[in-house]
Amino acid sequence: MSSANIVSNMSNSEKVTAAAGRPAIADKVRESLGKRYRAEQRFQLYGIIAITMAILFLGFLFASIISRGISAFQATYVNLEINFDESVIDPDGGRDPEVLHKASYRGVLRQSLQDLFPEASGRSERRALLALISNGAEFQLRDLVVENPELIGTRQNVWLLAAAEVDSVVKGQVDLDLDESQRRMSDQQVGWINQLQNDDRVERRFNTTLFTNGDSRDPEQAGLRVALLGSFYTLLVTLALSFPIGVAAAVYLEEFAPKNKWTDLIEVNINNLAAVPSIVFGLLGLAVFINLFGMPRSAPLVGGLVLTLMTLPTIIIASRAALKSVPPSIREAALGVGASQTQTVTHHVLPLAMPGMLTGTIIGMAQALGETAPLLMIGMIAFIVDPPSGVTDPATVLPVQIYLWADSPERGFVAKTSAAIMVLLGFLILMNAIAVLLRKRFERRW
Amino acid sequence: MSEATTLTDPIISAHSRVPEMSIADVELPKETVGDITADHPTMTTRNVDVFYADKHAIIDVSLDIGRNEVVAMIGPSGCGKSTFLRCLNRMNDTIDICRVTGDIKLEGDDIYSKDMDVVLLRARVGMVFQKPNPFPKSIFENVAYGPRIHGLARDKTELEEIVHQSLERAGLLNEVKDRLDQPGTGLSGGQQQRLCIARTIAVNPDVILMDEPCSALDPIATARIEDLIDELKQNYSIAIVTHSMQQAARVSQRTAYFHLGHLVEVGATDQIFTNPRTKLTEDYITGRFG
Repeated sequence: MSSANIVSNMSNSEKVTAAAGRPAIADKVRESLGKRYRAEQRFQLYGIIAITMAILFLGFLFASIISRGISAFQATYVNLEINFDESVIDPDGGRDPEVLHKASYRGVLRQSLQDLFPEASGRSERRALLALISNGAEFQLRDLVVENPELIGTRQNVWLLAAAEVDSVVKGQVDLDLDESQRRMSDQQVGWINQLQNDDRVERRFNTTLFTNGDSRDPEQAGLRVALLGSFYTLLVTLALSFPIGVAAAVYLEEFAPKNKWTDLIEVNINNLAAVPSIVFGLLGLAVFINLFGMPRSAPLVGGLVLTLMTLPTIIIASRAALKSVPPSIREAALGVGASQTQTVTHHVLPLAMPGMLTGTIIGMAQALGETAPLLMIGMIAFIVDPPSGVTDPATVLPVQIYLWADSPERGFVAKTSAAIMVLLGFLILMNAIAVLLRKRFERRW
Repeated sequence: MSEATTLTDPIISAHSRVPEMSIADVELPKETVGDITADHPTMTTRNVDVFYADKHAIIDVSLDIGRNEVVAMIGPSGCGKSTFLRCLNRMNDTIDICRVTGDIKLEGDDIYSKDMDVVLLRARVGMVFQKPNPFPKSIFENVAYGPRIHGLARDKTELEEIVHQSLERAGLLNEVKDRLDQPGTGLSGGQQQRLCIARTIAVNPDVILMDEPCSALDPIATARIEDLIDELKQNYSIAIVTHSMQQAARVSQRTAYFHLGHLVEVGATDQIFTNPRTKLTEDYITGRFG
């Protein structure tokens, strides 16, 4: 009985240990499971926090730029009844274009304002009155008269660009509760503006000046024309040089060059060049292209050459990566039917690598579009009013224009700067969208 | 050189991913057993050695490829059969560290001589690869590419003729004739491989090299390719590398057994599979290793 008990006990204990072996492992796994899942959740949480912060900062950046810059896309215009007084414009009555050109339209403008606000009689009051209208208005009147001499002797309602200060007041950017001495517009001027507004003589329109004018000291007249054209010509030169050179270099290094220490050295140097600060390229451009070769200063040609040097490594590296990603089976297939090395590359490898190359190129171009430092070195920071008509004319570029405006003290330039940033970002987004589209389009051929 | 030193050679033992059986157990014959020659050879190879940098991948191989016959090359992975095949159209040229010595002749012309143009050689010795690799272009363009770069067609109708004929001979025409402008990459694996064969025969080569052409295909597609190989041998000399001994037995007239870079035994396929003369071959075909 007792021995039987012992036997049954023994077999029981054996069962327990045998059964205990499995749950022990399962328990251990279960124990660690919780830890693993917590680690996973933590990891995901970090990721979500990082992305949220990135989106917040980006949103903050965009919100601040847009809220500041959006007003610059509208300009304030004032409607004045202009008396094209013959005695002021053309006292001789000869309608000689020379005379019409040189006449004092400032006088015409002053007289018209005087007619509208007869109470402004004093010298300083009249000056304050004239300050309501942009300095560019007299040239607008001049062009109007030169084109239509029959206006002389008539009275016409003309919309004239308001001064930047008026623009700010109309847009509510000036705190009118401040003491008069602390703002640019006196109470009297604000009164005139209010009177003009009550007479429906003030209007806000889309600011075409921003795109048709060059730079100016007056914020209301300053535009991006020179910068846009300058950026266009600069990128044109950059693209025309860096794409063929970059692709050719990448194709040679990847497909034809023997693998030896010279090509290794070249590869290392290309990678190093990609990391060289851009201002160094600017100094190089100044020393070589301008001082040695005597190329013109501030010209998109030199800017394009400098940016070519800067973007080449990017394009070469991206192109080589694109060539590497073409499956070797395609090369073998072409070689197998008797295509030469060059035919293999041009007929099969290049078309397949093209989307990657184009993406790399457009990213390089976007980089070049946003580049400022090297262009300062070669004089593209000059104050330029007349739009360039070619790659050798002096010009500036968008990021430099932003820098110039950001540096200007006038209130009007605050909004202009943000507006210019918006234009630049717009072009960058456009270029990246083109890169994505091109990639999609070419990839369909796979 | 004795077998013992060959086998203790550290470079050779770097190949030891090959068999489950220990290499030291097997004894390599000093010379290839069997008749390496063919009655009407299209290609002759004598004393071919291939080195990858310091690695001796092919050791003193001599083998003929006869007209209108299929030569199968079998052997465990890494035995050098693909390397040897790629010597025959100088595909190994694309590998910088690869060096080939010995004598390889196509219709009496030394293919490694300076006078031999590699482009011309590859037009005469076509190749079908392990993985179907059609160009990412239309079916028509895939087949037309070879004739076009070699200027084999005078005009468009002639080119179309060649394309249709090649697809017909590759047994693919009926399946694709309505969609010649569709991408070749959209076909099934077996169809892609037949497209690659059509692309190869469009150039009308003397020899077709096939490097495990069915290893990526299902049994039905494999059977179709095997039938095709059987038909093609009426016009071409074919050398095929295969891992499947059944395939070698089905399609080839002669079989060559490679082992660790050596050509161990060559003979009529029937004889190799029924009455191998070396222990190594016997072990391999009976599935003792490999």
